[in-house]
Amino acid sequence: MPTSKANASTAGEAAARPTIIGQLANPTRFLGLTEALMPWLISLAAACLAAGAYLAFFVAPADYQQGDSVRIMFIHVPAAWLAMFCYSLMAVAALGTLVWRHPLADVAAKAAAPLGAAFTLLALFTGSVWGKPMWGTWWVWDARLTSVLVLFIMYLGLIALWRSFDDPGRAGRVAAILTLVGFINIPIIKFSVDWWNTLHQPASVIRLDGPTIHPTMLWPLLIMAAGFTLAFMALHFGAMRAEIFRRRVRTAQIMIAQQRAPAAAPVAGSAVSRSR
Amino acid sequence: MTHLGFILAAYGATAAVFAALIIWVVRDTREQKRKLKQLEADGAVRRSVQMKR
Amino acid sequence: MSGFVALVSQTAQLGLRAGGGALIGLIFFLAVVTVIPFGVGPDQNLLARIGPAVLWIGALLASLLGLDRLFGGDREDGALDLLIVSGQPLALVVLARAIGHWLATGLPVVIAAPLLGLLLNVEPLGLAAVTLTLLAGSPALTLIGTVGAALTAGLARGGVMIAVLVLPLTVPVLIFGVSAVNGAIADPDPFTAPFLILCAFTLGAGVLGPVAGAAALRLALD
Repeated sequence: MPTSKANASTAGEAAARPTIIGQLANPTRFLGLTEALMPWLISLAAACLAAGAYLAFFVAPADYQQGDSVRIMFIHVPAAWLAMFCYSLMAVAALGTLVWRHPLADVAAKAAAPLGAAFTLLALFTGSVWGKPMWGTWWVWDARLTSVLVLFIMYLGLIALWRSFDDPGRAGRVAAILTLVGFINIPIIKFSVDWWNTLHQPASVIRLDGPTIHPTMLWPLLIMAAGFTLAFMALHFGAMRAEIFRRRVRTAQIMIAQQRAPAAAPVAGSAVSRSR
Repeated sequence: MTHLGFILAAYGATAAVFAALIIWVVRDTREQKRKLKQLEADGAVRRSVQMKR
Repeated sequence: MSGFVALVSQTAQLGLRAGGGALIGLIFFLAVVTVIPFGVGPDQNLLARIGPAVLWIGALLASLLGLDRLFGGDREDGALDLLIVSGQPLALVVLARAIGHWLATGLPVVIAAPLLGLLLNVEPLGLAAVTLTLLAGSPALTLIGTVGAALTAGLARGGVMIAVLVLPLTVPVLIFGVSAVNGAIADPDPFTAPFLILCAFTLGAGVLGPVAGAAALRLALD
């Protein structure tokens, strides 16, 4: 009989858990919470992005070597941070699916994948556009760039994997395992500029000794990063909501199929959504 | 401004990516909600609602 | 005629759907291009020299990937038997399927090729040449592949076997494709001759492919 984890939690079993994560296990409650939160998230994100863009263009100084192209840093670095942050979020969600069996964990993971891919692509593109005037080439196969390109391919693979299963629950568990196996790439990306001789510059913000970057550049960077992160949260919640509705649509379709052909109920799940 | 073309390309790509993501999320949510309304009109009723009846 | 267009459109849409193979074929193309520098080293000059060939090989492999879905689904749900019995010229059905498949899997690869060529440090003239030759030659790859897919349509898991069967047949297309690109980049080498031969391959495959494919389908499903 087709049952989905979303169904089990709509019965409200998880609502009794006292923790925030536990309370968020109920999709209906999650939908209500995010609906209230979204306008605030969006406004805050827009404000941070606007402030960050203003600071990036009118407050931050041009670099004496690179000229104004250094202003690309204020979108390239936040995009790259988000690319890694998103994958880490998916890894935590994967643990949530496999270890704690949180009902919304795989929803969070599935919704995050396209966002992560988009920000990784943005990081690659903005980096390339920054690299052409700075290094003289659009691309070079050094450790940092290559490992981020590999991250992009991993995102695409996960998206393809998600799309190839009919049952979202099963897809979630399979994708969770692949996500965790691929997590090794994240520390490789972070430390690649330290471990290998790379063209890409070494870490200048997140370091043990503190940032080496000047405050007039650090503040626009941090504010842009905050704006990017808030925008990501808003997009992620939005995508999770869409995914919850999508699963309800699927459950409803199965239900109607069962009503119309009760004798054929065991194959209703596969007949409803046929993929080739 | 030096390297203006590169800067515009980078910031333009950012705006385009954000716009595409927003459009994707909004359209997807609307479509799923529309489908759900249609299905509920056709008679599919969620278990948690059934139990309250 | 409208039936032909409808079949093309349906095939293309199925290919682009989840599980249809278009997306994964494109990702595979990206993966192949990414893996090459791990093997041959990141030297920019070397990559620029072998870049066009790498792009052609990647496109070839990516086009072989999705071929088992061309007739596999039809076999499963009996649509193929219906098509054969329907009285429509089977060669036209095969041609429609091939065109639809190329639109979903081949055309995206052609569009992605110059972008991936940037990763391989290929010069702009080389990027243009690769795109043009792929545009002219990738339909030939799909059409030749269609014959292989038709031959194995009766089998449960044709997949990799189709690739192995079809690969030797596509080698001439590959040779002339890369030759044309080198002709565009390096002055003394000719471009027009290999390019025209490439176009001839596509046109010829456009006729022979569907005919052979139809015969193979009838054979496979008897």
